[in-house]
Amino acid sequence: MFALDPMLEGDVLWTPLLIVMLKVLVVFVVGLVATMLMVWFERKVIAGMQNRIGPNKAGPFGLLQTLADGIKLFFKEDLLPRRSDKFVFALAPFLSLVPAFLAFAIIPLGGDYRNGNDGVVTWFGVETRVQLADPHIGVLFALAISSIAVYGIMLAGWSSGSKYPLLGSVRASAQMVSYEAALGLSLASVILISGTLSTSGIVAAQSTLTDWHVVATGIVPFIIFLIAATAELNRPPFDLVEAEQELVGGFNTEYSSIRFALFFLAEFMNTVTMSALIVTLFFGGPQPISYGGITLDIPLIPNGLEGTIWLLGKILVFLYVYVWFRATLPRLRYDQLMDLGWKVLIPGSLAWFMLLAAQRLARNEGWNVFTTTAVAVVVLGACYALLQGAFAISNKTREREGAQF
Amino acid sequence: MELVVFVLASAMMLIGALGVITRSNPVHAALSLILTLFGVAVHFVALEAYFLAAVQIIVYAGAIVVLFLFVIMLLGVDKAEDLATEPLVAQRWLAGIAGLGLLGLLVVAVARGVKVLRPRGNGLDTAAQGADGDANIQQLAQSVFGDYVVAFELTSVLLVVAVVGTVMLARRRTAGEA
Repeated sequence: MFALDPMLEGDVLWTPLLIVMLKVLVVFVVGLVATMLMVWFERKVIAGMQNRIGPNKAGPFGLLQTLADGIKLFFKEDLLPRRSDKFVFALAPFLSLVPAFLAFAIIPLGGDYRNGNDGVVTWFGVETRVQLADPHIGVLFALAISSIAVYGIMLAGWSSGSKYPLLGSVRASAQMVSYEAALGLSLASVILISGTLSTSGIVAAQSTLTDWHVVATGIVPFIIFLIAATAELNRPPFDLVEAEQELVGGFNTEYSSIRFALFFLAEFMNTVTMSALIVTLFFGGPQPISYGGITLDIPLIPNGLEGTIWLLGKILVFLYVYVWFRATLPRLRYDQLMDLGWKVLIPGSLAWFMLLAAQRLARNEGWNVFTTTAVAVVVLGACYALLQGAFAISNKTREREGAQF
Repeated sequence: MELVVFVLASAMMLIGALGVITRSNPVHAALSLILTLFGVAVHFVALEAYFLAAVQIIVYAGAIVVLFLFVIMLLGVDKAEDLATEPLVAQRWLAGIAGLGLLGLLVVAVARGVKVLRPRGNGLDTAAQGADGDANIQQLAQSVFGDYVVAFELTSVLLVVAVVGTVMLARRRTAGEA
């Protein structure tokens, strides 16, 4: 049996194979175009927030500005620093770009999930899903890919053979490894509620507004996920990796021409992917807004296609939120960044996960849910007090030893 | 098909493993290690152990090797080693003998054990995979948090003790110097 690709179980037939190839092509092209539009969108929205006009010359509303910039970068001189590690220097942009595209493969991009449907559509007589792949491990794949994404930035900084990029990349690796934990732990709450790892299963579990995981898990995991995802993307206010006032340009200082463009592309592609992942995990993905038997239905459009429209709308909201963050929030200091990650987000997401697990256990065992929750809150409060005590003692010890922070 | 995947993944692992020990630059060696770890993940996927494959990538390739690289960069030991010097006398001969001995022991153990080998525990029921994608994880959880929960918790205690011990040793030294 062909155990490697869940899409191709059984015989390898031509129609499913062609559908998979079509999906790959569509995901790739949509990814590139979405990135192009995202760069334009970000520049335009930030310009609006800062009372500027933004790009307005190339194409209608400046829409083709990114294309113009890309063409310009293609024809610029490709510099290879003499002290760089040639092979790793050339490899790093691709290590950044490939994970950015891979993660998009597991996002359900449409399909009919309402009324207990499981999002399966029929194309050319073959039943399939409107997503490139639906692996059993689903969201863990996204987590794995985002943990791989750190290599591109890390190796780019190291291989440049220059000190500011190296500082940027060391910061990046520490930051991304730290926030990876918070990301995973807040994800665990979603998995606990939905009871499955597969992204299509997670979407199918969110058919009404109260089932959306942002409501069903309480709002805390969503907030933690949003913060950790922003840090994982190295976007403002967590962009210490490329803090231009301190590090010239950060990890990509020595990069020029198309190699620089690849990093740029990966960064914006990651933003789009992460927004799509947030929507999938917490906001029902392609599900329409539905509450108490009333569903907001777009007339005349088949339900399968309507899912794509809902998904695009929700993703746009989060893309706007990311741009908004960038325009309004000042950058964190490095120790604040680490404190937020290790002392707030990780214990917070772990505590919330334990609380949800206790409630789940109470419901399974037939205990009183309110008593269980109360006991859990008391225990977590005691844990919080212990943790704060430990922080206070460690601060005092550090001051006694003469450390300055 | 499975043979092709096995051969490719094994080739990937062996090339990576050779790279780890032959590259003189520590960063290149760490990158070769990633190649090996990805090969292991491919083997896990081919064996329908999807969860293990994901964990392999997240934990080993995504965290541990990142920490290796982090330490290499932070300590500034990322210069190519001079392989001509030998810090300990007769180190290479001893390492060679020990390596050959280990290889011999492994070959003998595998050759003699292949007939009498019995899997311990219940194992994972891969036949249940087809029906339910999450069966893999459920069985693993049953095993780790049910049948072998004491061993699992003891291991975690051991790890915590190791971490606390490391921190204590490192801190005491700086306090003594200051």
